[in-house]
Amino acid sequence: MSQMPRPDTAELRGKYPGVFERPASARLALPAMVAAALAIFVYGLVDLDFSPTKLITGMSQLGWITMMMIPPNPGSSFALYMQALGETLSIALLGTTLAAMLALPVSLLAARNIIPSNLIRFPVRRFLDSIRGVDTLIWALVWINVVGLGPFAGVLAIMVSDFGAFGKLFSEAIEAADRKQVEGIRASGGNALHEIRFGLLPQVLPVIAGQVLYFIESNTRSATIIGIVGAGGIGLQLAEQIRVLEWQKVSFLILMILIAVAAIDFISSKLRFAIIGQRAVV
Amino acid sequence: MATAISILPAQQLATLNDAYRKAVARKRLKATMATAVFCAALFIAALGAEVNLHTFFTYFGNFLSYFDRILTLDSGARVWTDPVEWFWGLKKWLRLLGETLLISYVGTLTGAVFAFALNFFAAQNTSPGPWVRFIVRRLLEFARTVPGIVFALIFVIAFGLGPMAGVLAIAIHTTGALGKLFAEIVENADMKPVEGIRSTGASWLSCMRFAILPQVSAGYASYALLRFEINVREASVMGFVGAGGIGQELVVAIRKFYYSDVSAILVTIIVAVFIMDISTGWLRGRLFGKETSR
Repeated sequence: MSQMPRPDTAELRGKYPGVFERPASARLALPAMVAAALAIFVYGLVDLDFSPTKLITGMSQLGWITMMMIPPNPGSSFALYMQALGETLSIALLGTTLAAMLALPVSLLAARNIIPSNLIRFPVRRFLDSIRGVDTLIWALVWINVVGLGPFAGVLAIMVSDFGAFGKLFSEAIEAADRKQVEGIRASGGNALHEIRFGLLPQVLPVIAGQVLYFIESNTRSATIIGIVGAGGIGLQLAEQIRVLEWQKVSFLILMILIAVAAIDFISSKLRFAIIGQRAVV
Repeated sequence: MATAISILPAQQLATLNDAYRKAVARKRLKATMATAVFCAALFIAALGAEVNLHTFFTYFGNFLSYFDRILTLDSGARVWTDPVEWFWGLKKWLRLLGETLLISYVGTLTGAVFAFALNFFAAQNTSPGPWVRFIVRRLLEFARTVPGIVFALIFVIAFGLGPMAGVLAIAIHTTGALGKLFAEIVENADMKPVEGIRSTGASWLSCMRFAILPQVSAGYASYALLRFEINVREASVMGFVGAGGIGQELVVAIRKFYYSDVSAILVTIIVAVFIMDISTGWLRGRLFGKETSR
């Protein structure tokens, strides 16, 4: 084995001063950032009343709760829970679809290539942003005030909060669409509506369909929680059973949610792939 | 400038038209079938969700007038005519908002640290063994799928009311979400540096530290910041179940019909979320440039 020649450090230093002698600001930036992050973290722990004793007692409590959760057991309410799960899936499907239908026309108003004027686009965008800034649970509370307790309030809550998200996503999809096909329609004498219908929609519909499917999937999760504030579905049962400390039922409900979400994930990813696959071929 | 367009002979045209019609008809049939199935699903869903159009149209006015009411002060004036009266509790709300931000910060950082510790075990190319990988993946999936607020409900019972339950709930949820994203980044990393380092006889740990980490750390930080943005929203509702932050104040205002308070707190939350979004977006742009702005 041959001996490797030792590199001449002095020469290397001379050759690459940038590597060996970085300015102090560059060297200290990372440690300073880490220190700042840690300082805020520690301040947060103090401010939020973290204490080791609380943590340990809480952990042992949690351990007990977990022990009591096993085995999951629905008791005599299995049929009720299945119905609640169906309600949850219905809320997700209906809320997302309604949101998509409402958001499509509005997203046209928010897209740069349809409405070049900032005067309309800017307020529409800020409007969508503020809807998105409010959590689904808050919308659920508002709708409960309006249409009363029950799954219908959940549908409307999902509809409104997704409307904001869809408006933004759709308008981005529209902005990313190819200009040329629209120009082609205009060249052959189509009017503005024709341009949208034949030039734009065929490009953006597959993207939009994929997004809607993805949201139905993620809304299955959201729909499970809006029940906690009283807007129907399996969350209502879950919150109730947690409050009365029926841990076996709680774990059964969580298991049901997990299975349902996994099933919806599976189906929608298949469908999404089918839609996007088609698009790749065309 | 007029150009003559050559028209195909009628017979040839007929066959072509026929083929075109057939192709379109098949596509249309497919689309119609899909729409029909979808509509049927919607109908069943409408029954399941007790959709009542009558209620909807009767009370839709209430929805609009709700906004009218939350924008009106007790004295009957519009809220913006008297901002001092509107934001009478601003000091308290800002303190609670600060608590909300701290909850999401501490939760995100804790979750990110756990996700960081776990993700090398979950990624296909770096996991020490298939069994470890399987278990870690299922754990992350569990933490991700159970909604944060459900964890919060359970933690409130175990740890008592207060922000601690919210922090832990957010931390667990973040661990699940970030663990998956981090693992995906690692799976996309170049494996050649790992081979290089392993060939010098380094341990698994050194391989991760010197070969993988330099490639992925920017992506990690970017995703963690994005998650922080999401968690600010999530933390704003943790108070609904008693897990600290401004949500507590909001739920009381909504339930007790303190109309102008509702709008004031909502505005406070929306402004805070805006500011967080913009500043983390700016920070991400500054730190990682264009390449991670996916």
